[in-house]
Amino acid sequence: MRALASLATIAAVLSLASPAHAARSGALDYGDARHLLNRTGFGATQAEIDHYVGMSRDEAAKALLGSARTAALTTPPPAMVATGALHYPRRGAGASEDELKMFRQQQVREGLELRGWWIGEMLSTPSPLTERMTLFWHNHFVSSQQKVKLTELMYRQNVTLRANALGNFGAMLHAIARDPAMIVYLDSAQNRKGAPNENFARELMELFTLGEGNYSERDVKEAARAFTGWSLDRERGEFVFRRGLHDYGSKTLLGRTGNFDGDDVIDILLAQPSTAEFVTRKLWRELVSPDPDPAEVTRIAARFRDSGYDIKTALFALLTSDAFYARENRGTLIKSPIDLVVGTLRQFDMHPGETIPFAVAAAGMGQNLFAPPNVKGWPGQEVWINTSTLLARKQFLDRLMRADGGPAGMPRTATAEPMTAALPESVPSQAVGKDLKQARRLRLMCAVDRGVRSVQFDSAAWFAQWKAPRDAEGRKADAVRLLFAVAPQTPLPPQGIESVALVRELVLDAAYQLK
Amino acid sequence: MDRRRFLKLAAAAPIAGLAPGLATNLAFAAAPAGADYRRLLILIELKGGNDGLNTLVPVADPAYYALRPKLAIARDSVIQLSDAAGLHPALEPLLPLWRARELAVLQGVGYPEPNLSHFRSIEIWDTASASSQYLQDGWLTRTFALAPTPADFAADGVIIGSPELGPLSGGGTRAIALANAEQFLRQARLATAEGQTRNKALQHILKVEADVVQAAAHLKADHPFKTVFPQGAFGTAIGTACQVVANRPGVAVVRVTQTGYDTHSGQAPTQARLLGELAGGVVALRSALDELGRWDETLVFTYAEFGRRPKENLSGGTDHGTASVHFALGGRIAGGLYGEQASLGRLSGDGNTGYAIDFRSVYATALERWWNVASTGPLGGRFAPLPMLRT
Repeated sequence: MRALASLATIAAVLSLASPAHAARSGALDYGDARHLLNRTGFGATQAEIDHYVGMSRDEAAKALLGSARTAALTTPPPAMVATGALHYPRRGAGASEDELKMFRQQQVREGLELRGWWIGEMLSTPSPLTERMTLFWHNHFVSSQQKVKLTELMYRQNVTLRANALGNFGAMLHAIARDPAMIVYLDSAQNRKGAPNENFARELMELFTLGEGNYSERDVKEAARAFTGWSLDRERGEFVFRRGLHDYGSKTLLGRTGNFDGDDVIDILLAQPSTAEFVTRKLWRELVSPDPDPAEVTRIAARFRDSGYDIKTALFALLTSDAFYARENRGTLIKSPIDLVVGTLRQFDMHPGETIPFAVAAAGMGQNLFAPPNVKGWPGQEVWINTSTLLARKQFLDRLMRADGGPAGMPRTATAEPMTAALPESVPSQAVGKDLKQARRLRLMCAVDRGVRSVQFDSAAWFAQWKAPRDAEGRKADAVRLLFAVAPQTPLPPQGIESVALVRELVLDAAYQLK
Repeated sequence: MDRRRFLKLAAAAPIAGLAPGLATNLAFAAAPAGADYRRLLILIELKGGNDGLNTLVPVADPAYYALRPKLAIARDSVIQLSDAAGLHPALEPLLPLWRARELAVLQGVGYPEPNLSHFRSIEIWDTASASSQYLQDGWLTRTFALAPTPADFAADGVIIGSPELGPLSGGGTRAIALANAEQFLRQARLATAEGQTRNKALQHILKVEADVVQAAAHLKADHPFKTVFPQGAFGTAIGTACQVVANRPGVAVVRVTQTGYDTHSGQAPTQARLLGELAGGVVALRSALDELGRWDETLVFTYAEFGRRPKENLSGGTDHGTASVHFALGGRIAGGLYGEQASLGRLSGDGNTGYAIDFRSVYATALERWWNVASTGPLGGRFAPLPMLRT
């Protein structure tokens, strides 16, 4: 371990000193292809990498963007797509404590199912870029189940984000302004003529489009007036425009005056160059490096805006840029918990029978899907890592790599009972006692642990990908390729470590937290 | 290079050659010459937002009984502290501390333009920001960046009972998040403190690993306390906190979180249980710190994102409110009531109370009067300390 850490870091230092290696028009080598796939997806497998080796940058970006899906491959939990009115507990005096508790329990259960479903989609999709971008927009157009409560609404927002993830940013923004989960999350339904609620209008400018410093408090107030009456049909969970609550007066926004409604406001915001630059900077930090290059951002943002906010245009420009492939930008991003969990499972070809434990594991590392900490989303990068989350990451990896399946062909065990079985169907009428609550928590933690341990690392099959000769030289070559496959940069091979033990050492090295 | 070391080096350099922003930072860094981090600060977070009105009951205010037909606590069952106020009966174990004048009760702790979201409001408290200001670093993180703790401390602070670093969040601090000390020491073998790099992301990870290793090397978790810690999550957390502070040199701050105060329905039994656990934990804390001879060098205070709405709701609970009652305890506390009772006759449009003590004044007290560090830098402005310490 000690040797590995310093070797990995030596490699990191060396990569800073070395000049950009690949010619602009050159074909992707193994490292380039791996970098592209890990930044745009989750934990690329050997086969996926091989497919992209030899392509030009343009060809590779086209292939990635051209094959992106707009809908999930897997079937969502049944409750998410059930038809009919949404179920709420009765309001006010009519609601009994039991009823409210039942409702809360149901939302917790369905919320877990929804999280497990998304993890499953990330694991099995042939289009990881779609899921990465859906997650990116989830962290841009933030809504949280903590406030929205109804799992169905969170699911529907996820569908909307996925459908638009690689489509048109303007169209997505118009859709999000009408999105029921967003309407609840940012209090749009409380925004009425004469009693405006500025929550959505403020975040629309500060976090979704312009960025702080590019608008005034007056702009916020005027925009809030334009969105009055944008509300929600509670029973159907659908957008509804309430004419009686809308302010039809004249508004002045960013130097323009007119009888604007919400759609007009969005179009005015999209016309501002700072919107394209704000979103491009955020895409850069997601895909390229923590420090956006101002000149490149201006160039790419201009293309983005000129294309009418075609997201693929922006991504193509980013993914074919010199900065994207530059040595000094490799291994500079810290894996999110989802990167770590989903990426590790994909990369080592592990197939969990139950996915909810992995959503819970990611939550324990600080990324609870469908529940970002606040409207600003997960800050990411260095904030991901503190003593607690780092140890949680290492413990997760340690457990995963201890669960070796042994010889190839050994059956993978599924979890004995589904995770949601750890949650009660109903709650007894008396207040839930401390012991019951603690027992439930304990059952849940055991289920998570069992789920993580149920995954088998079929090391024999994984190592067989290299089909290497068994002599000493061959083993050394193996080790070099292995290191290449696991670490974000290319450390030198340590000596005297083999097979699973080597992989364990590598994933526990600090460098494995990077991408 | 980390911020702490940068400030140390920069302090030796002539200020004239530096950018204006840096010079300002240096002024703050230079000010707290005599920072005394041997004095321990323990923060207890009442997560979810404890109901202040039923914690310190305004027994002489008819408006209280009118607003709470079901939840009001009768005058004859409270622990009377003054003619106008009495403690929730479950807090009875605190009475000896009150009589010894080691308990200060802070009334109406809050801030202007209160936010009613759990997440946003606790962020305001944790970062000591204004209501409309978004800051990344916790108030203690900013404090330790400007006035570092001694290098031989196991860590700046330890976080118990919550995954969130709260006031210690953001870059730079040596914050150790503990579920329990033994588990931490077991897991710590997975960390290594090797390596140097210019990659900023890797640098950060290696720093956190080094923090784990340093903390693990300086911490033991086997002090034989005579004190019996109460059963349950909070009592266990207090036990862990005491194991941490039994180590010398240890840490400057410990934050313990007690959860469950978000009592929208069926409040009465839940709050009684929680306050009982709180009181039992605090009494055990005092006893254990006495054993260590550290009670006189310990300042404890509670905090939460907000209090609760004065008018009870129709589910036998209370909704999110604003200012609330908090406690400060310790061997050097000047016991008594501080702040003032909420004016229940003058509620805001959404039915909430104003505040009497800005929470940043409580922080300023800890920074200036306890640790002897300047508070204007970390708190982003001047907040008057409270006269609640005997020095």
